[in-house]
Amino acid sequence: MSGASPLAPPAVSPSAGPTLEVRHLSTHFLTRAGALKAVDDVSFSIGRGEVLGLVGESGSGKTVTGFSLLGLVDPPGRVVGGEIRFRGENLVGLPEERMRHLRGNRIAMIFQDPMMTLNPVLRIDTQMIETVLAHAPRLSRAEARARCRDALGQVGIPSPEERLSAYPHEFSGGMRQRVAIAIALLHRPDLIIADEPTTALDVTIQAQILAEVQSLCAGYGTSLLWITHDLSVVAGLADSLAVMYAGRVVETGPVDAVLDAPLHPYTAGLIGSVPSRNRRGAPLRQIPGLTPSLLNLPRGCAFRARCPRADAVCTAPPALDEKRPGRFARCFHPHGEEDGDAG
Amino acid sequence: MSGAALAPDETPLRRFLADYAASPLALLGLLLLLLIAAAAILAPWIAPQDPYDLAQLDILDGKLPPGSPAGAGFTYWLGTDDQGRDMLSGILYGLRTSLGVGAGSAVLAGIVGGALGLLAGYAGGRTDGAIMRVVDLQLSFPAILAALMILAWLGKGVANVVLALVLVEWAYYARTVRGSALAERQRDYVEAARGLALPAWRVLFRHLAPNCAPTFIIVLTMQMARAVALEATLSFLGLGVPITEPSLGLLIANGSEYMLAGQYWISFYPGLALLLTIVAVNLVGDHLRDVLNPKLQA
Amino acid sequence: MTAFLLRRLLQAAFVMLAMSVLVFLGVFAIGDPVEILVSPQADQAERARIIADLGLDRPLWEQYLHFLGNALRGDLGRSFAYNEPALRLILHRLPATLELAASAMLIALVIGLPLGLFAGLPPRTLPLRVIVLVAGLCFSLPALWLARVLLDQLPGGAGPAAAAALALLALGLPAGLAAGVLPRDLPARAIMAGSILGFSLPTFWVGLLLIMVFAVQLGWLPSTGRGATVAVLGVEWSFLTADGIAHLILPALNLALFNISLMVRLVRAGVRETMLTEFVKFARAKGLSPRRIVLVHVLKAIMIPVVTVLGLEFGQTVAFSVVTESVFAWPGVGKLIVDSIYQLDRPVIVAYLMLIVLLFILINLAVDLAYSLLDPRVRLGGRA
Repeated sequence: MSGASPLAPPAVSPSAGPTLEVRHLSTHFLTRAGALKAVDDVSFSIGRGEVLGLVGESGSGKTVTGFSLLGLVDPPGRVVGGEIRFRGENLVGLPEERMRHLRGNRIAMIFQDPMMTLNPVLRIDTQMIETVLAHAPRLSRAEARARCRDALGQVGIPSPEERLSAYPHEFSGGMRQRVAIAIALLHRPDLIIADEPTTALDVTIQAQILAEVQSLCAGYGTSLLWITHDLSVVAGLADSLAVMYAGRVVETGPVDAVLDAPLHPYTAGLIGSVPSRNRRGAPLRQIPGLTPSLLNLPRGCAFRARCPRADAVCTAPPALDEKRPGRFARCFHPHGEEDGDAG
Repeated sequence: MSGAALAPDETPLRRFLADYAASPLALLGLLLLLLIAAAAILAPWIAPQDPYDLAQLDILDGKLPPGSPAGAGFTYWLGTDDQGRDMLSGILYGLRTSLGVGAGSAVLAGIVGGALGLLAGYAGGRTDGAIMRVVDLQLSFPAILAALMILAWLGKGVANVVLALVLVEWAYYARTVRGSALAERQRDYVEAARGLALPAWRVLFRHLAPNCAPTFIIVLTMQMARAVALEATLSFLGLGVPITEPSLGLLIANGSEYMLAGQYWISFYPGLALLLTIVAVNLVGDHLRDVLNPKLQA
Repeated sequence: MTAFLLRRLLQAAFVMLAMSVLVFLGVFAIGDPVEILVSPQADQAERARIIADLGLDRPLWEQYLHFLGNALRGDLGRSFAYNEPALRLILHRLPATLELAASAMLIALVIGLPLGLFAGLPPRTLPLRVIVLVAGLCFSLPALWLARVLLDQLPGGAGPAAAAALALLALGLPAGLAAGVLPRDLPARAIMAGSILGFSLPTFWVGLLLIMVFAVQLGWLPSTGRGATVAVLGVEWSFLTADGIAHLILPALNLALFNISLMVRLVRAGVRETMLTEFVKFARAKGLSPRRIVLVHVLKAIMIPVVTVLGLEFGQTVAFSVVTESVFAWPGVGKLIVDSIYQLDRPVIVAYLMLIVLLFILINLAVDLAYSLLDPRVRLGGRA
């Protein structure tokens, strides 16, 4: 699969270039009703120590994108095209053993619901030590345990030594998510994929966890792919944004630029639908209509039916073009180019 | 996502049939079951001899191996037993008893247990508590022992076996039907029917019962297989049907002593017939469960 | 913990009392032991003397109270047939049955667990497939050979038919397993179909077949009895001698059939459910090996239902050993109870039933305790 890509870029040495570069990634679910294009031609990149916010509604393909990066898409889903360059190495089509060596070691993931991610019948130390030993088999159990204890301390869990021997149900949701984060950080990975890790938590805990993840990643130089549906979360956290709609990235760019002057009408709609203090009293703007079924996408731009700017041109598929330096959008009629023939 | 809406010419029944037909194994089971049932019903007309008409038996034909020619001009395809009885005929007649007892007791137990389960689920409170206490007691005691004791008390006989099976099996229906009745009771349409102050029996039988039907049918099939097996076991132990109306289990028991002497067919073929019957019912039941109740899908 | 045990003991005492009434009434309704015990030639006076001896002339409630009083002192009456204390008779035979049932459960676990694991795991993740293929061959080779023996040795024209039928039955499951080299879920389906077959097999008939093939035709294993035993802690056990094990294999396998199928289905359902959980996905995201995920994360999670069902089924298996013991003339309580029913030996029947009830209570308690050991979320005495 990897060799078949017509867009293979020149090889990048591990030291230079972005930590992660995703190019034209497509993950489809082959169902009886046809191929469900959960991720379709997605491209973005994350530099070392950078935070990328991957934003989209539920069902837009952001979670599947995250799992595709780890090679954890279950059948009938399959990565059908594109490449995932992680420190120069293409992960698509990588042998399972090599992929497993990267998982939890160089690329870690934090899941959405902390109540579900830890095995309820295994103690915390079991679940942490196995992670250490999976990638550092020569370590003794005592050394591994010490490392786990330190990791728990780093994420702000009080008396980590005692808590190591506890079972998950003895922790609150926020504490469990901290354990999950500690597990993700055990091997000081180059990349952490965080799939809405704060959505299931109380607002005050959310803020704490956000701040902690941010500072820990900054400390280790770990890049962060923060998947969320909540623009306000990424606004203060991310360096850059990628907005997904119906399995495709419709806009990418530096976070402030995208939020201040979105190019894609969908991004503009998303920003408009977030309550803001500055616009208090004014009605929230909504995006009319519903997300289309991934099995049956409209021809051309998937957002066409809900877009105030759509016209006949939009029945052709738009490409993700660089509209301005460092800013890409998949649109024929982006904001700020009112002449309308930018495509 | 796969469009739960029915196509214009698709009725729920057709949809069910199509779903059922999707499994070749289940179709095979159904076909086998129909064949066995037909053979059992038609036994008097298709069996080469009447195995219980002593005038037709020739003791000199005793323990003939399969394929031997009979004096009366037909072939003992499956051999004969110690009294010169054609095994094929014996099996066909035995199927009548086995299937009759199995189906009869399953349906009777279903009616008794189903009604009690429905009542418990609908009434709730103390009625529910009392019925379910008895159900728990019944289910905690091994069915085979309970049936043995009941038969030790009642004595042999087809009707007694049916009664014993009903007594040990009603509780399964009661528990399952109560479960789905409880679930259905929470639904809006039952609330609405109660809100309209419809009489209790009407809510029970017109509204609750039909919606418990899928679960009921599944349990019915499974319990029928169990009943056939249990009857055969009881008869094998000598506490089931009388020698005048032998079921497959009794045929197997009668042949067991000869089995060790090499005359395997007297026990082997009735056992095979029994196995095929139970497998057929189980195949049907297993697939019915998958089709009718996706929640139960293992 | 102590409170929990105390409450359970109280409950148990109550259940035992209720069951003693039921059992006593039930057994009292069974037949007339006098008919059997008194010889037809006996005159009226002798008859009356025996009835009085047995206490059968007194009112039912008095008989029950008498029975209960004796029972509390550990006296459940004397067997009419053996003229021996019923309880001693039963206790003397109980180890044989427990040994048989425990062996059957062990077989069910050893065979059913891997098969269920295999059937439940997604087809891709399996280096295990090779193991199962080998296991399948181990099953099918003797089966094939057996069919050939039948073909040669059975008399009559239907020898081939019998051989084919048996080979088909014996091969159903392993043939499906052999398909393990093929992609997709064919072997898993074959295991499921095999488990339906296992549920359907009439135990006593399979027992007869096992005897015919392995004892009579092949002469590999003995057909009946317990074989040589060794006394440990004052109880005779078969599984400690080679001869005893040889005697144990066939009946234990016979008794295990149903539980193997049950185990396969249970484990498969559990594995499928667990493999879809977030914590398994997280374990994969941690970079754990498939082996560790299956053998630690999944197995530990499904051990809870497995142990529960295994425990509860142990009681059922002891009860069902009535059939297997009759077929294999295994000298346990199952054989004894069937004989006692024939002979209307009421004290033995009562003693047996009371013992079974006690066994069930103990098993339930043991299962609850095991539950709390396996599932950290369960605290005894806390929530129900």
